[in-house]
Amino acid sequence: MELIWQGIAKAFQLLSGGDAEVWAITWLSLKISGLATLVSLLLGIPLGIALALFRFPGRPLAAAVVNTCMGLPPVVVGLFVSIFLWRSGPLGFLDLIYSPTAMIIAQVIIAFPIVAGLTMASFQNLNPRLGLQLLGIGASKPQLLWLLCKEARLPLLAAVMAGFGGVISEVGASMMVGGNIRGQTRVLTTATVLETGKGNFDVAIALSLILLTLSFVLNFVLTHIQQREQFRWPKLS
Amino acid sequence: MRKHVSSMYLAVLLINLLASSIVHGADSSEKNIILSTTTSTQDSGLLDVLVPIFEKQTGHIVKTISVGTGQALALAAKGDADVVLVHAPSLEKKLVAAGTLLNRRLVMYNDFVIIGPQEDPAKIKSVKSALAALKLIEAMNARFVSRGDNSGTHNLEKSLWQQAGLAPKGSWYIESGQGMGATLGIANERNAYTLTDRGTYLALRNRVKLPIHVEGDKVLLNIYSVIEVNPANGSRINLAGGKAFADFMVAPQTQAAIKSFGIEKFGQPLFMPIAGKREDEIGG
Repeated sequence: MELIWQGIAKAFQLLSGGDAEVWAITWLSLKISGLATLVSLLLGIPLGIALALFRFPGRPLAAAVVNTCMGLPPVVVGLFVSIFLWRSGPLGFLDLIYSPTAMIIAQVIIAFPIVAGLTMASFQNLNPRLGLQLLGIGASKPQLLWLLCKEARLPLLAAVMAGFGGVISEVGASMMVGGNIRGQTRVLTTATVLETGKGNFDVAIALSLILLTLSFVLNFVLTHIQQREQFRWPKLS
Repeated sequence: MRKHVSSMYLAVLLINLLASSIVHGADSSEKNIILSTTTSTQDSGLLDVLVPIFEKQTGHIVKTISVGTGQALALAAKGDADVVLVHAPSLEKKLVAAGTLLNRRLVMYNDFVIIGPQEDPAKIKSVKSALAALKLIEAMNARFVSRGDNSGTHNLEKSLWQQAGLAPKGSWYIESGQGMGATLGIANERNAYTLTDRGTYLALRNRVKLPIHVEGDKVLLNIYSVIEVNPANGSRINLAGGKAFADFMVAPQTQAAIKSFGIEKFGQPLFMPIAGKREDEIGG
């Protein structure tokens, strides 16, 4: 128990004292996972919409694959991305292994099925008559898509939160493809593993608290946006 | 309209960031050196001191990958590293003899110790020999935590069991599969014996309550070498960079830095420099 108090004290000390390395690690975590989430949204939302709205051969299989991949173990992703990016691997010439870009690639593979799966579910939950109605009042196809997106924006925010939450907290893939290199690819989760291994439990707890706070603040903002929208519905009863 | 501008700005920013990190990787490929090494050099903090000095002196960028010695050597054999800093002499010599690795040079040493419960159920405190101690532990089926991860420490442990003529098996023999720090934690919680390098043990001395029972036996020497990777192992090996790092590790200034490392924090050095010596001269 005492250890946890020490950790909390250490966290304040590291952040308020302006420990440059801790700030840099925090910023890098945010940058890598933020970018990975963004790319996942760009890829996952169109795929999710396509799976929800269009009928094409192989759709049930594709939907099942996406749902399965929502739970991809990060270490498995890490292993396969490593094999591809190692110098001895097929993409070795890109010289990406042990770089932030490699970590973004791994995190996109983890987050993008989550975004696609949740997008698919949220579009399937829209009232199917809404589409017909919109077409009926003369909406063009692009307009229809845009209006449906607006309608589904609340569950889409949940997809953003789930995707970001999945990658910022992930350690296995980041460790394997990033290598936990000081000043280059060390992020909050891998630094926590390292400090625990070194026996610096107070620093490890401090890093965990920073990670939790970061996650909480982001989710708080997104939840706030999501819930604020919902309060516009008329009260029941 | 504002929405569109901001999302376009975001997209441009994203592409820029991605591109810059990719370009950064490709541009500096001759400067980049991949060093594969063991967890102990990283966990002790030694590389955090040495690597920045090397980078400043030479302009190289070192990507330090700290894994078990088994994996560190495997990465080198596949051509996925330029230089290794490891501590498994028998494995190293095999790879050098096979031509996979080149120019093995001794860098430093410390020693392993056998730690265990205060009560010492296997009564190993009175013996000086590590092999005799392991025999007693096995005979008593006293709990023993093994790294079980093909690291340098694990390789030494396996070779000690083999020399003692034993094949440890049973519920008393716990394989952690983790690094030294985590393994010490498990040994401490389970009140078990384990083999550890002195550096990590000292670094964790506040958390690990198990005392040292056996030390000073010559078989417990822990010798670190720096070895270059044969460019024939892969097409992208940075031979010059790897050699530069190896030269740096055995240079007099670096050796002096190794000797003074840890004195401030632990009251004693964690590693003794031995560049230029022969293996049979060490630990006398």
